[in-house]
Amino acid sequence: MSILSYVFIAVLALGLGYSLVRRDRELTITVVVVALLAALFYLLGGVGSLNVLSIAAAVLMGAAIAAYAFRFLLIAVLPQGGAQVMRTAPLTAAFGMLVILIYAIAGLFAPLIAPYGEAEVVGSAFAMADDQMILGADQLGRDLFSRLIYGARNTVGLALMATVLAFIAGAIAGLLAAVKGGWFDQVMGRLADVIMSIPSLIFALLILSIFGTNLGVIVVTVAVIYSPRVFRLTRAVAGNIVVMDYVEAAKLRGEGDWYLIRREILPNSTAPLVAEFGLEFCFVFLLIAGLSFLGLGIQPPTADWGSMVRENATLISFGVVTPLIPAAAIALLTVAINFVVDWMLYRSSGLKEGQG
Amino acid sequence: MSDAREVLLEIRDLRIDGYTGEEWQPIIKGVDLTLHKGEVLGLIGESGAGKSTIGAASMGFARDGTRISGGSIVFDGLDLTTAGREEKRKLRGKRIAYVAQSAAASFNPAHKIIDQHTEAPVMYGLQSRAEAEADAMALYEQLRLPNPDEIGFRYPHQVSGGQLQRAMTAMAMACRPDLIIFDEPTTALDVTTQIEVLAAIREIVERFDTAAIYITHDLAVVAQMADTIKVLLKGEEVDEAPTREMLTDPKQDYTKSLWAVRSFKRQQKPLAGPDEVPVVSVRGVSAAYGKVKVLEDVSFDIHRGRTVAVVGESGSGKSTTARCITGLLPPTRGEILFEGQALPPRYTDRTKDQLRHAQMIYQMADTALNPKIRISEIIGRPAQFYSGLSGAALRKRVEELLELIELDPAEFYDRLPPELSGGQKQRIGIARALAAEPAFIICDEVTSALDQLVAEGILKLLDRLQKELDLSYMFITHDLATVRAIADEVVVMQNGRVVEHGPKDEMFRPPHHPYTDLLLSSVPEMDPDWLTHLLDARGVDNVGSAETAL
Amino acid sequence: MAKLLRLVATRLGLGLLTLLVVSVLIFFAVELLPGDLAEAVLGQAATEETVEAMRRQLGLDRPAPVRYLEWLGGALRGDFGTSLISGAPVGEAIATRFANTLFLAAYAAVIAVPLAILLGVLVALLRNSIFDRVANVATLTSISSPEFFVGYILILFLSIRTGWFPSNASLSGDMSLTDQLYRAFLSALTLVLVVTAHMMRMTRAAIINLLASPYIEMARLKGVPPWRRIVRHALPNAWAPIINVVALNLAYLITGVVLVEVVFVYPGIGQLLVDAVAKRDFPIVQACCLIFAATFILLNLAADVGAILTNPRLRHPK
Repeated sequence: MSILSYVFIAVLALGLGYSLVRRDRELTITVVVVALLAALFYLLGGVGSLNVLSIAAAVLMGAAIAAYAFRFLLIAVLPQGGAQVMRTAPLTAAFGMLVILIYAIAGLFAPLIAPYGEAEVVGSAFAMADDQMILGADQLGRDLFSRLIYGARNTVGLALMATVLAFIAGAIAGLLAAVKGGWFDQVMGRLADVIMSIPSLIFALLILSIFGTNLGVIVVTVAVIYSPRVFRLTRAVAGNIVVMDYVEAAKLRGEGDWYLIRREILPNSTAPLVAEFGLEFCFVFLLIAGLSFLGLGIQPPTADWGSMVRENATLISFGVVTPLIPAAAIALLTVAINFVVDWMLYRSSGLKEGQG
Repeated sequence: MSDAREVLLEIRDLRIDGYTGEEWQPIIKGVDLTLHKGEVLGLIGESGAGKSTIGAASMGFARDGTRISGGSIVFDGLDLTTAGREEKRKLRGKRIAYVAQSAAASFNPAHKIIDQHTEAPVMYGLQSRAEAEADAMALYEQLRLPNPDEIGFRYPHQVSGGQLQRAMTAMAMACRPDLIIFDEPTTALDVTTQIEVLAAIREIVERFDTAAIYITHDLAVVAQMADTIKVLLKGEEVDEAPTREMLTDPKQDYTKSLWAVRSFKRQQKPLAGPDEVPVVSVRGVSAAYGKVKVLEDVSFDIHRGRTVAVVGESGSGKSTTARCITGLLPPTRGEILFEGQALPPRYTDRTKDQLRHAQMIYQMADTALNPKIRISEIIGRPAQFYSGLSGAALRKRVEELLELIELDPAEFYDRLPPELSGGQKQRIGIARALAAEPAFIICDEVTSALDQLVAEGILKLLDRLQKELDLSYMFITHDLATVRAIADEVVVMQNGRVVEHGPKDEMFRPPHHPYTDLLLSSVPEMDPDWLTHLLDARGVDNVGSAETAL
Repeated sequence: MAKLLRLVATRLGLGLLTLLVVSVLIFFAVELLPGDLAEAVLGQAATEETVEAMRRQLGLDRPAPVRYLEWLGGALRGDFGTSLISGAPVGEAIATRFANTLFLAAYAAVIAVPLAILLGVLVALLRNSIFDRVANVATLTSISSPEFFVGYILILFLSIRTGWFPSNASLSGDMSLTDQLYRAFLSALTLVLVVTAHMMRMTRAAIINLLASPYIEMARLKGVPPWRRIVRHALPNAWAPIINVVALNLAYLITGVVLVEVVFVYPGIGQLLVDAVAKRDFPIVQACCLIFAATFILLNLAADVGAILTNPRLRHPK
C-alpha cells in the first residue's frame, strides 16, 4: 500500500471522529459512504485500486485547496464589487476560473512556455518521460508536453473562433426575430428547427465528407450547426424583454430596430447571453475534439488534443496513461467552464431553488 | 365580547427573516397576535408589510427563503416553533386550513376538484370516501356553487375563477378546522365576482363558527369580513382595534392616513362646447386578435383639458381600445381621429409628430422603465428624439421635467430605476410621457399597482399637470373610486362594447344601465354593514347571477 | 378529445415534413461538391472520357430532382444504392450494423433511464444537501468529458489493468446473448455514464420546477405527507417533463454512439459512417446520415406527442 493510501484512511478516520463529535449528520453519512466505497474498491481490485482511489482523493483535495487559495487571492485583489461577488462564489466556480485562467495563459504564451516546437522531433517514438520531456514523447518522438501547450492554442483557439461566429450569427438573428416578429421570425424559427433536427456530429460528418477537412470549413460548419441553439435562446430571452412596457414605449416613440436592440434589449440580456456563450463553447469544443479524435478535425502536424488522443491510443493497451492526458485536458476545460456557468445561472435564477 | 371566549392562537414577538441572496434580513420584527375561537381577524397592510408571511407562520410554515428566527406561535396549547415536523403536519388541513390567492394555480391540474377536496378528511380518517364526497356536495351547495352535485367531478381548469375560489373555501372546510387562513382570496377577481366569494366566505365561516385570519390590502373588503383589524407596516404592528372602532375613530397617524386616501375628489369640469374639435375621437372602432373579436363599434371623444375614464372588468376591452388608439393593434373597422385628422391605423405608419402627441403611462412601473438605463436618459431620450435637444439644453430640460414631477433633479438625475420606490418610478413614467410634450396621455391603470397613499399622490400630480399643461387624459381603470376622483366623463365597457357613456355626475346618479348598476354597487365601501345591506337589497338568490355556469 | 387528436396529428405531420426537408438537405448537400461526384470519385488521375463514363454509370446525366426521388423511393424500401468503393449494395452493409447499434443503444438505455430518473428524483428531494452538491459536481464533470475520455479510462482500469472486461467489443452473430452483453459492456457503460448524468440533471430540474408550484405548497398546507406529495401530487404532472428528458437523451445517445463505437471498435453503423466519411463513400454517408437523422427526429417527435398526451388540460378539455 502506498503512503497516500495510509493518509487517505487516516483522513477518513479523523473525519468520522470529527463529524461524530460535532453531531453533523450529513458529514457522518458522507464519510461513511466514502469509506464503504474505499472498502468496495479494496475488495474488488485489491491494494492497487485503493491506491488509485487515494490518488484521486488527493487530486480532489489539491484542487479544492488551489481553488480556495485562488478565491482568497481574487477577493484580496479585486475592487469592492468584484470581491463582494467572489465571496459568495462556491469553490467549484473558483476552481473553474483558475483553470480557465491557466488555459488562457498557456494558449496565449505557448511559444514561451513550451520547451520545444509543436512539430519538432526531439526523441524516439514513445520515449519515456525524463528530465528533458516531462511527459515523454509521442508516436513520432515529439515532446508531448510541448504539444499539449500548443494544443491549448490550436484546439481552444479554433473552438473559440467557431463559437464566436455561431454566437454572432445566432444572436443577431435571434434579436432581429424578436424585434421584427412576423414572417422573419417564422422563417428563422423553422430554419433553426430543421438544422437542429439533425444530430450535430452527423451533420458535421456529412459536410466534412463533402468539403474536406480544412480549418475554414470546420469553423463555418460548426458555426452553422450551433447558431440555431444561440438563435433559440436569444429569441427566448429577447422575446421576454420585447413584451415589456418599456420596449413598447420605445416602439411607440418611433425608435428603430437597431436602437431597440442596442439600448433596450441588450443591456437586459447580458447575463443569460454570457452564460449561454460559455455553454455553447463547451458544445463546440467537445464537437471539434470529437471530430479531431475521428481524424476529421485539425490536420497534422499541428498539435491538437483530439488527434493526440487518437495518435497515442495504442499505448492504452500497454496500460500507459499518456493518451488520457490530452483527453483530460479537454475534459478539464469543459468542466471548468461548466462550473463557472452553473454558478452564473444559479446567481441569475436567484432564490428559485430555496431550501425545502 | 370575543375576549370572553377561549384563546385559539397566540403569537408572541414573532420574528421572521428573509434571505436576500447574500444574507438574512428581518421581515417580521416582533409581532404579537391573539385570536379567539370563532373570531375573524383582518390583517391589512401595504405590499411588503409581511401579512402573508404571518399568515403562513400561523400554520408553523415558513416559505422557501424565509425562516422563523424568534418568538412563539402557540396554537391550542402547542408551540409551532418548537413542534416536530409530523406534529405540525397533522394540524394542517385538519385543524388549520389555508385558502390561497390564486385558486387556479393552487388546485392540482391532474386531479378532479372533489378528489382534492376529500383527500384530507379521508387521509385523517375523519370520513369515509363516500361520506366525504357527500359532505363536499353539501358544502358546494352552501357556498352556492352551480350544479353542486356535479361541479366537483370537473377538473380545475374546467371551472371559472370565482367558482374555483369558492371550491377552495369548501376544501378548507372539509375537516371543519378551527382556523382558516384566507390569503388575499379575492384579489385576483373582478369586483362583481368578488361579492359572491366574499358573501360565501362570510356565511360559511359564521355557520361553522370557524376562526379566521383574513389577509388583504383592501380596507373596504376587510371591513366586511373581520371582527378585529390589525394594521401592519414593514413587518411591524401599527394598530389593532375592533372593526367599527378602527373605521370610525382610528388612533394612529398611519391608520388615519390610510383612511384619508378616499377623500380626494375633483370637481367635474364643464362639458366641451358642441363646436369644439375633440383632441382624440374614437369612431366606430372594431378590433380582433386573430379571429377573436374583442371590440365592437366603440365610439367616444376626448376633449382638450378633460379626463375620460374608461371603466370595465378584465376582458371588457378597455386596454384593447388603448392599443387601437396608439396604433399597436390596427382596428378591423372604424378610425381614430387626432384633432379632426384621421391617424394611420398602424403606429409604424404614423409621423413623428403624430406619435409624439399620444403618450402612454403604464400600470406596472417596474416593467415600464428599463432597469438598466439611467433616469437622465429615460426622460432625456424623448426630448432628444422629438425636439433634437442635446448637451446642456437637454440636461436643463430633464431637470425641469424632474422638478415638474416633484423629484429633486440633483438626487435622481443619475439613478437607475431599481433604486427607486414604486411611486417614484411611476413619476418617472409620467415625466417620460411629458418629455414628448404631448396633447394627450393614456393612463393605463396607473394607480392600481400602488399602495393607496402613493396612488393618491400620483392622482393629485396628474390633476395638477392637466391644469398647468392643458392635457387630455384617457384614464383606463377598474377602480370606481379613482373614477370619482379624477374623471370628467365616463365610458363604461362590457364585452368589447360601450354600454354607457356620459358626464361623471350623471353616471353616479341613477338611473343606470343595469351593468353600470351592477358594477357600481359591487365596489366595496368602508361601511362594515355594506355587504349585508347589499345582499339584502339584491336578494340572496340573486348573488350568483353575474357569473353564469359554464 | 378531437382537439387532442388534432394536436397529435399536427405534430406528426410536422415531424414527417421535417424528415422530408432533412432528406432533401442530405441528398443535395452532395450536389454541392466542388466539381461533381464523378470527379471526386476518380480524383486527379481522371481523364475526360473516364469522368464522362463515370457520370453515366452514376446516373449523373439525369436532373438532380429525378435522382432525389429515386433515392428517396429506394431508401423507403431499404435500397440505398451501391458503395462507390466496394460496389456492394449499401443496404445490406447497413442492416446488420444498424441492428448492432440499436442493440448497444438499447443496452445503455435500459440501464441508464431507470437509474437516472431514480437518482434525479432523489437529488431533487435532497436538494441543497451535501449529496445534491456532490451529485451536481459529479454530473457536471461527466457531461463535460468527451465520450472517448470516459471510454479510455474504463478500458485502462476495467480492462487492461484488471482484465475484467474485453476492451474490444467485436460482436458476431453466433455469440450467445450473455456473451454479447459481456463483450459490449464497457461500450454500454461509457454511454450510460454520459447519458445518466444528462438525464439526472434534467430530471432534477423538472422535479424542482414542479415542486415550486402553488398546488404542491397547497398539498403541503393540507397536511399531505412528503411521499404522498411526490407520488400523488407531483408525479401525475411530471410525466411530460420526464418523457421529454428520456426522449431527448435517447436522441443524444445517437451522437454519442458514433464516438463510442470507434473507441471500442464496435461493429455499428457509427463506425461505418466514420470510415465512409474518410473514404468519401457518399452513398454510405448519405444512408447513415438519413438513418441517424430519422431516429433523432422520431425520438423528438415521441417526446412531443408524449407531452401532449399526458397533459391533463388537453386530456380533459373544457
